Amino acid sequence: MTAVADDVELVRAPKEVRRARILGFVYIGLAVVIYFGFALGTEGDVTFRLGDTPGEIDLTVSAGGLAIFTSVVFAFLGGVQLTKGFGKKTNVILALALALLAFAFLGWAAAGKSLSLVGMLETTVAAATPICFGALSGVMCERVGVINIGIEGMLLTGAFMGAVMGSIVSPIFGLVAAALAGGILALALAVLAIKYRVDQIIAGVVITIFALGLTSFLSAQLLVENASEYNNPGVLGPIKIPLLGDIPVIGRIFFDQNIFIYVMYLLVIAMTYGLFRTRWGLRSRSVGEHPKAADTLGINVYRTRYVNVMLGGLIAGFGGAYFTLGSVGAFNENMTAGRGFIGLAAMIFGRWHPVGALGAALVFGFADSLQVKLAILDTGIPSEFLLMAPYLVTIVVVAGVVGQARPPAADGQPYIKE
Amino acid sequence: MTVAPRDPKPQRSAFWERVAPDKIDYRSLVLIPLLAVLTALIIGAVFIILTSGLGSVWPAYKALFTGAFVGWASISETMLAATPLILAGLSVAIGFKAGLFNIGAEGQMTIGGLTAVLVGFSVTGLPWIIHLPLAIIAGILGGMAWGFIPGLLRAKTGAHEVIVTIMLNFVAFRILDYVLKLPGIVKEGRFDPISKDVLDSARLPKILTWLPVENAERMRLHLGFFLALLVAWFVYWLLYKSTIGFEFRTVGSNPNAAKYGGIGVGATIILVMSIAGGLAGMAGANETLGVLGNGQPGFSAQKGFDAIALALLGRSHPLGVVVSAILFGALRVGGRAMQVQADVGVDLIIIIQALIIVFIAAPELVSSIWRVKGGEETGQLTRGWGT
Amino acid sequence: MLPASSIIQAVCVRLELRNVTKRFPGVVANDSVDLTVESGEILGLLGENGAGKTTLMNILYGLYSADEGEILVDGEVAGFEGPGDAIAAGIGMVHQHFMLVPVFDVTENVVLGVEPVGGPFASIDMDEARREVLDISSKYGLEVDPEAMVEDLPVGIQQRIEIIKVLFREAEIIVFDEPTSVLTPQEVEEFFGIVRSLKESGKGIIFITHKLGEMLEIADRISVLRRGKVVGSATPKDATKESLAEMMVGRPVDLVVDKEAAEPGEVVLSVQNLVVQDDRLHTVVNDVSFDVRAGEIVGVAGVQGNGQTELVEAITGLMLPIAGHIELGGQDVTLALPRELHELSVAHVPEDRQRDGLVLDFNLYENLVLDSYYSEPYSKGVRMDWPEARRHSKELIEQYDIRTPSPDISASSLSGGNQQKLIVAREFSRDVKLVIASQPTRGIDVGSIEYIHSRIVEERDEGAAILIVSSELDEVMALSDRILVMYRGKIVAEVAGEDATATQLGLFMAGAVS
Repeated sequence: MTAVADDVELVRAPKEVRRARILGFVYIGLAVVIYFGFALGTEGDVTFRLGDTPGEIDLTVSAGGLAIFTSVVFAFLGGVQLTKGFGKKTNVILALALALLAFAFLGWAAAGKSLSLVGMLETTVAAATPICFGALSGVMCERVGVINIGIEGMLLTGAFMGAVMGSIVSPIFGLVAAALAGGILALALAVLAIKYRVDQIIAGVVITIFALGLTSFLSAQLLVENASEYNNPGVLGPIKIPLLGDIPVIGRIFFDQNIFIYVMYLLVIAMTYGLFRTRWGLRSRSVGEHPKAADTLGINVYRTRYVNVMLGGLIAGFGGAYFTLGSVGAFNENMTAGRGFIGLAAMIFGRWHPVGALGAALVFGFADSLQVKLAILDTGIPSEFLLMAPYLVTIVVVAGVVGQARPPAADGQPYIKE
Repeated sequence: MTVAPRDPKPQRSAFWERVAPDKIDYRSLVLIPLLAVLTALIIGAVFIILTSGLGSVWPAYKALFTGAFVGWASISETMLAATPLILAGLSVAIGFKAGLFNIGAEGQMTIGGLTAVLVGFSVTGLPWIIHLPLAIIAGILGGMAWGFIPGLLRAKTGAHEVIVTIMLNFVAFRILDYVLKLPGIVKEGRFDPISKDVLDSARLPKILTWLPVENAERMRLHLGFFLALLVAWFVYWLLYKSTIGFEFRTVGSNPNAAKYGGIGVGATIILVMSIAGGLAGMAGANETLGVLGNGQPGFSAQKGFDAIALALLGRSHPLGVVVSAILFGALRVGGRAMQVQADVGVDLIIIIQALIIVFIAAPELVSSIWRVKGGEETGQLTRGWGT
Repeated sequence: MLPASSIIQAVCVRLELRNVTKRFPGVVANDSVDLTVESGEILGLLGENGAGKTTLMNILYGLYSADEGEILVDGEVAGFEGPGDAIAAGIGMVHQHFMLVPVFDVTENVVLGVEPVGGPFASIDMDEARREVLDISSKYGLEVDPEAMVEDLPVGIQQRIEIIKVLFREAEIIVFDEPTSVLTPQEVEEFFGIVRSLKESGKGIIFITHKLGEMLEIADRISVLRRGKVVGSATPKDATKESLAEMMVGRPVDLVVDKEAAEPGEVVLSVQNLVVQDDRLHTVVNDVSFDVRAGEIVGVAGVQGNGQTELVEAITGLMLPIAGHIELGGQDVTLALPRELHELSVAHVPEDRQRDGLVLDFNLYENLVLDSYYSEPYSKGVRMDWPEARRHSKELIEQYDIRTPSPDISASSLSGGNQQKLIVAREFSRDVKLVIASQPTRGIDVGSIEYIHSRIVEERDEGAAILIVSSELDEVMALSDRILVMYRGKIVAEVAGEDATATQLGLFMAGAVS
């Protein structure tokens, strides 16, 4: 950043400085809220259980003390933010600070009791999974310049196909069918957006509405009456990875989960490597950043977009099967409840990078599992407000982050080749 | 430090924009939508065949049509169903005109309906002539607030209204659930979430009960229908005859040029989203004050997505929206009859609606199927994620 | 036996276009065009904006396909289905608007599409790629840093990357499309040196420009296109700027703007110590100060990208400066918004007419009231008076020679020149005190250029203060009474219009200290 000469009189502060200032005040404001809300008057200790059985690995802290500590940290962060700022690490620091806040909040909510942190982290990873698949699907599509609002529809259709095909044939077949269903919907999106140059957001909304209608229709017509035949695939159980799965705490959370989580890890690694190291990745990204340039170098923009969007659909479809084959075991109408859109927010929060998407999904997953835990703890906060939590978090993320992150330059713009 | 010259960016085209403010382009405003609906119905028939067999198609569609249009009772129901759709459709359409995608119509309806109900039963002792407008205004204001939030966020932070409005929809539903359980609000003696009844002085009066036909007193069509038509006319005037509407359309078509011309783009975005929210809020008020008489969860069901479909079908023109709303109302009402008489699931209607949107959004699809010269392509309505 | 060297250097026709025709709805962009290019020669392709040069090159490069006619490479008919085929046939193109991905680095941009593969899991061998880039770079004297991010590089360097791209793909025929629009006169000389060395190594070169002086200097042969047809050819020996201009336009062209001496009055615009940052927080206008008086034309010369765009945006209210002052007739307008300036009788002809100056989907009269719709006579309170707007638009269309069948068509159907005249009509038809015109004649036909230039001089003679920003040095020199040169965000020189020479201005534009 080229500095302005010292003697120049500024008439107003640059945008970045104002943003940083707002964040700084937010930190300080939260510090105050934390102190008065969670620290004052909170009695008792809270025990965070980190092992399988109570007493195995425990962390006991004074709930009030934890809150005070958090409050102080936030005040400090606010101070740094207002003066120097954190530069590139702002988002990471913010995420960590929010994690600490959640911790303190939990401490307050569970004061005098104990709480299974491992359990919470397990549910975090589980809740993050469909969101992550959605986000990865979004990354795949947007990196070539196609906005995919249809992810919600693809997740839902994947869930449906997973349940039905899983019941009729086998769960593995259900997985394949789910992915394919997502791929077909993505093809429809691609055709609308690329060939007919329909506004991509409309096309995505259409796909989602259509998927919602279709799955609800078929669910009502077929599944409700013949549940045992069509809607009874069972749940794919967890598979423990030898060695890694035995590591205390971490092993249980990350390496003793079902196949979806493992596929998610592989996908993050594969996509990161693919996008940034291979020819396919370079060409795909060029299509998303400057399709005209790519075209003049002989890269087939249309085909690249078709292929990547369909890959995105396969990912979303597969991820959708998580709802049925990985979690609930049966299909319910509209069971995705907005997770596809949250996935898009995670994609933005993660700056269109597969690893960022995973990280962001974990944040949202945490919000989800936090809400479940709070309901159990019976804190006196009405359940409806708890249910709102993931959605409110999404709004805050999208409002706070999107201005800073840069999407691929040609995102959302149809490519017109004469 | 030198900066590369900016490449000339291609101008995106606003798909619904007619050539001159007062002329209607027959082909794209009427023919293509008509063919789109027809094609969707045909594909819908395929679904019926697949799930219920060939023999079900004719009874299903016959029930669909008669249930919607034949007899005063049917017409009453159709217009009744169309009323909130007109308002919600206008809500989405006015957003489109300004380049904004208001998926939050359902949430705005919910909040608007809620505030209308609250005023409807908690303010006592007022004559009808004051109480009813007051309740309706409360509904409009509630929806306005719910539209203001995404507008503000979009203008100040660039947060895309698609995500924000969808999230706010979910939040609105939870708020409704919560409020309907509160002690001062719940109907006496009930444990399910349902509010107290709106006082008669705030109910939208039924207008067809005087008809000399049987069951006339059970016809539910109420004043709201005419209010909706009035509002549609007002939106038309706003968009095409007022300075404010010119600002909306300019921002929607080219925000850079709007800024250059002195139009405050951010302020316009906030205003448009607020008005859109208000329109949807009025739709909600319409439901609770006119049809239900109280607040219940899910009274806005599906109408939000319907509104998007019919805004597209009506090419975001108020007249188109009204006609499309009546069509969709007919589909809903006829769909119920279809379910009852021909045993075909009512969700088929959703499929048909989705297909209609697809065909409207891609007129070349329709025209290539029917070998007709197509209307203008949808083009790009909205921008990407950034401001 | 002929010596080997002469066999290699033997003159042969590398490329031939035969009878190439391309039609678009309503217009024949190329009409039976015949062209040949030999190895080791530079063919100049001359034509004004809209003559069909870019279309022709797009056909050559496989981006379009010709409706009739053929392309022969080394004697064989080539059917290009896309740029990939053209590249494989040895045709390379350096585009007018760079085809570089800003967020990729130099090497990634160069190898995109022909990446060397190595490493595990079929990854790109970036080390090998960088080596090759440096190879070419040193061989042809095109210094670049292979790992620099393109968006951070100045325009002159970006052009080198475009050339390296072409050489990396072993092009034998290289097309340069308006390559000098982003260079200072000195850089142009350097660039010509590179082009000549490419010619010497046997490449066949097509050089497209609308600048007559350059054409005479660099080309071996010149073909002139007008309205899609080849209307003549010439060699630099027997042609002059005037003869070329006449062939380009079809009638004798006055290359000089007819104006009398200026009589400057009071200071209308005063810019003091202005500092502006772009969205990436680089300081692009760095402590700029100057005045513009009533009745004078001040021209800002400089290669595009030195802060002129942001300077204009700051003055016209589209961007807010970080520091400094702007005064209009004594009133402080530093943070003023476009509407306030409009009401203070400031007119702005924007640099990007399609992006900022017009709403292409609106019709002509809606565009004509774009900045004045909110007040009388076009509206009363909240109510628009469209009939009045339409009526007035017909007058303006007549007065400003806008070629259109009616005011009801959409602005997108106007040609570039007519679109610009529409904007000029809108801006000049009011009483204006200050006119700011940025690249006022970019991309438009000669007739419209002449018209707009004469209108600008007229406004000046009626007492307006005029600020012109243009990267066309000829235009600045022809119009301005006083010339300021901008380089890297600063005003580095001020020269009286009559005294200015291209060489001198060129030195300033390149940053040489006065």
